[in-house]
Amino acid sequence: MILYSIISLGVIGVISAIILFFVAKKFNVVEDPRIDEVEEVLPAANCGGCGYPGCRNFAEEIVKAESVSGFYCPVGGNDVMAEVGKVMGLEVTAQKPLIAVIRCNGTKKNSPQKSIYDGIESCAVAHNLFAGEGGCSYGCLGLGDCVDACDFDAIHMDPETGLPVVNDKCTACGACVEACPRDIIELRHIGPKAKRIFVSCVNKEKGAKAVKNCKVACIGCGKCEKVCDFDAITIENNLAYIDYEKCKLCRKCVTVCPTNAIWEINFPLKKVKVDKVKRVEAKVEKEKKSENKTDN
Amino acid sequence: MLKTFKLGGVHPPENKISREKSIEVLDLPKKAFIPVGQVLGAPSVPLVKRGDMVKVGQLIAKGEAFISANIHSSVSGKVFKIDDIVDSSGFRKKTIIIDVDGDEWEEGIDTSNEIIRDISLSKAEIIERIKASGIVGLGGATFPSHVKLMVPKGKKAEVLIINGVECEPYLTSDHRLMLEKTEELLIGTKILMKGLAVDKAIVGIENNKADAIEKLTKVAKDYAGITILPLKVKYPQGGEKQLIKAAINREVPSGALPIEVGAVVNNVGTTYAVYEAVQKNKPLVERIVTLTGKSLEETANFLVRIGTPISNLLESKNGLPEDTAKVISGGPMMGKTLTTIDAAVVKGTSGVLLIPEKESKRIESSTCIRCGKCVSVCPMGLEPHLLEKLVQIEDWEETQKNNVMDCIECGSCVYTCPSYRPLLDYIRLGKSKVGEIIRSRKK
Repeated sequence: MILYSIISLGVIGVISAIILFFVAKKFNVVEDPRIDEVEEVLPAANCGGCGYPGCRNFAEEIVKAESVSGFYCPVGGNDVMAEVGKVMGLEVTAQKPLIAVIRCNGTKKNSPQKSIYDGIESCAVAHNLFAGEGGCSYGCLGLGDCVDACDFDAIHMDPETGLPVVNDKCTACGACVEACPRDIIELRHIGPKAKRIFVSCVNKEKGAKAVKNCKVACIGCGKCEKVCDFDAITIENNLAYIDYEKCKLCRKCVTVCPTNAIWEINFPLKKVKVDKVKRVEAKVEKEKKSENKTDN
Repeated sequence: MLKTFKLGGVHPPENKISREKSIEVLDLPKKAFIPVGQVLGAPSVPLVKRGDMVKVGQLIAKGEAFISANIHSSVSGKVFKIDDIVDSSGFRKKTIIIDVDGDEWEEGIDTSNEIIRDISLSKAEIIERIKASGIVGLGGATFPSHVKLMVPKGKKAEVLIINGVECEPYLTSDHRLMLEKTEELLIGTKILMKGLAVDKAIVGIENNKADAIEKLTKVAKDYAGITILPLKVKYPQGGEKQLIKAAINREVPSGALPIEVGAVVNNVGTTYAVYEAVQKNKPLVERIVTLTGKSLEETANFLVRIGTPISNLLESKNGLPEDTAKVISGGPMMGKTLTTIDAAVVKGTSGVLLIPEKESKRIESSTCIRCGKCVSVCPMGLEPHLLEKLVQIEDWEETQKNNVMDCIECGSCVYTCPSYRPLLDYIRLGKSKVGEIIRSRKK
């Protein structure tokens, strides 16, 4: 009895195996082995920073295009792209790495609170409801949608200023740029030795109105535009913008800005200019002293 | 058994503390702040410039788009400047600021209290006059009234519904208007009936305003075709679609206007403004505003010129009480918290409500327990808990499919939620995002 079962099962097995063999032959999908290889060297962050849904799709598209131009993995940077180029046997031109910068300096001190928001902790919701606690309808709402969007632990809220801070874990994937309802965050070149200069304000109101809400707002006075030797600064809608491709980091604009709206990052400390307010205060004190002297 | 709408609804405490306060005229402000965007639709275009002298009732901004309305000066004096000022929406809006000097009215405006009963204008003239006078829906939505009267081809208006429901807690401005301007209101109704060419009008009033119902019923006997309909108290009965359901038992389809079912709804405040515009040639320059709140020593119903800062209302009643945490423009359910009390009264301001410290805080929300209460109270038949989740995961397509645009933002879901979830905040976000997507598709 048992023999029959073994034989019949064996025969069915062999027949099925033969059918499956031919079916597999017939419907065989040839996948380029390079896709796996490219995927292997990618960072597997699946952040979408490259513009494709996930690392696998990015790899597929590169292999399909047989070219690496127009493809860039911001997380892996030039190292990973060089590896990808090796796999593909292609030359990869190195790109300048980017980093996210916060173009708002409306700290609690610079833009004092005028109202209290007690709704849900979400910039998208608050953006719908009012201008912001400081009154600036362009500035940071400080509720941390960018922090939630970041997959790399590269951005956090500074409780003292109420503004987000980007650290060097930033991969420039652009998730925070998407998440910010006020379009404050921008991706810019990291710069040589991480030196960067940018206008830390996005307020498009006229100067007088802008400074009413925030002491360090860009008033669009045009001083920086005039002083710049490289045509890197343009002023549109009462707002200056520094083109990071053209900027040579000479810092002339930083010194002339009357509202300290232009930021310099990672420059040697000794050259940091004296705060305008402090300078004025010093003058006043001196004057007072001289007055006292004449009184005596 | 009194009529009401069937689907959903809540009954919050009424708190109509200012109901016995008769309408008092508020003093003129020193400066009037008149925003050019006071209407649901395109902002108007200013016609005056700095230094111009204006009189009360003079046209100072023209509504040029189809859905927009004219704006008239509510004071006489000199235009100080045109500037961007924070208004009741919390954002800076273009505002005409006028230094008030005396109270000189434009010629041809009848400011007496005499009641004019004969309607001499024709149908087209009535609509033209309403348009010229800049009348918008005074219930709060500020939809231009003349657009409502221009019935599109192929549609026919059968009945005019006058909205005297005032279902929003605290507010009493419509209630006082019905009591004190009864006859004018009914003449206004007649004018609107003529403008629409209908012979039937229903005035819907919730039966917590028994005195108004009684008085209107008595006076309405002389006005053929006008029925006074007492309604059961239920929020949000003042919503256009809810009122139509309650009054004539017809349902306005999703995304359609009331004219689809042959109805046109106007607020009592609007009706009174129509009376003044047509019979007295008086444009919309003032409105009735309730000043209320539990911590106030004395509440009031003011007749206020448009553009008066809200702080003026407060000052005339001993200023802001110390424990005030929120000042709301409108009622507690649908009103919006002001970011500054210097914001001006606009055409859509029905009330100013002060909320004391202890009542102002949000209760911390906990997880959704799937009780379904929000679904059962939604007067539009939506699923607020689902919409909240969809907005959180930013699935705008699905949000639109679930009819987020039908939401009238009445706040019943938030009011009833036992977990205190911020449902409406997310739904509002969804509405604005989906609206944006719809508009960009059209382009």
